[in-house]
Amino acid sequence: MNKAANKDAGHETLDPSKAMRIPRRAFRRSSPVKLLLCLSLAASGAQASIAASSLLHKAAPEFVRTDLKNRRLDLRAYRGKVVLLNFWATWCAPCQLEMPRFAAWQSQYGPRGLQIIGISMDDDPASARSLVRKLKLNYPVAMGDETLGQLYGGVMGLPLTFLIDRHGKVEAQFQGEANLDAIEEQFKPLLHP
Amino acid sequence: MTIRLTRRSMTIAAFLAFVLLSPCPQMRAQYAGTSVTPGSTLTLPVAQVLQPEALRHLLQTAGAEKPLILQVGSHLLYAEAHIPGSEYVGQGSQPEGLQQLQNRVSSLTRKKLIVLYCGCCPWIRCPNLGPAFAKLREMGFTNVKVLYLADNFGTDWANKGYPVEQGR
Repeated sequence: MNKAANKDAGHETLDPSKAMRIPRRAFRRSSPVKLLLCLSLAASGAQASIAASSLLHKAAPEFVRTDLKNRRLDLRAYRGKVVLLNFWATWCAPCQLEMPRFAAWQSQYGPRGLQIIGISMDDDPASARSLVRKLKLNYPVAMGDETLGQLYGGVMGLPLTFLIDRHGKVEAQFQGEANLDAIEEQFKPLLHP
Repeated sequence: MTIRLTRRSMTIAAFLAFVLLSPCPQMRAQYAGTSVTPGSTLTLPVAQVLQPEALRHLLQTAGAEKPLILQVGSHLLYAEAHIPGSEYVGQGSQPEGLQQLQNRVSSLTRKKLIVLYCGCCPWIRCPNLGPAFAKLREMGFTNVKVLYLADNFGTDWANKGYPVEQGR
């Protein structure tokens, strides 16, 4: 960038670290500000739930793909397991933060019935294959497309992860950079003891 | 009293700007203190950032200059849903994508209103918009806007009921 950015030196930029510099006193003293804070938090939560509402508590749409190791990947075959279905892409930085943790979960909780499934939304399978190798993913990964994306309510932003219970119902949906500890706490009770 | 009221008003105004212009609260907490890297969306000047409602209004206003709207993220996500009339021109983070962008706009007047958008992942993490914006500025385009999609295209455009088209 950065000729252009430099030309704009002096302009305000969208830097959340700067935006954080609101005096804490303001939050303590001003009740209208507290009210606004609560409203904004509530509003942001409500907005996230719009996307989350579409498949929640419904049967996870079935699909059959060939994974990156040329094995058949049939979602129905995992009925009886708790599935984390993760849509990701190589250009998605938050996705790459999540995937090593998913691989660790697969090792740790796989024996208790957890199955991670990755769906790459990359345009190019070669880049997906390369990252799968680099991250040493120990769970099946297949390429997605717009048909599969639309089947899951429109994958219009990554990462996107669905928690599917043993009966094939969508238990939860996590959009964007999710709190991984919270996801773990949500699927653990669904696993075998 | 007047001074106190003014200070309070300024605090509220600053807070509102903070809420409206910055990403979601969870991300603000997570990325507070994040260093700004070259090409990051954090380096985009606020004056060039366009809110979704403003673009929707512009598209619906009869007689208004219609911008050239370019998606510079994922082709697959574009195929799923995109802004009607927008074009896919390759990933801004890739040299081939920037070349495709350059080819698309090279014959246009440098005053042409161009709106770039991506929405592939949270704004603060988007690898495509910064380089694409820089390329257009480098080419001399003076009227380039970048659509602010805080979380992604689904949450900040499609799920708001704003118009979308499907297909490549």
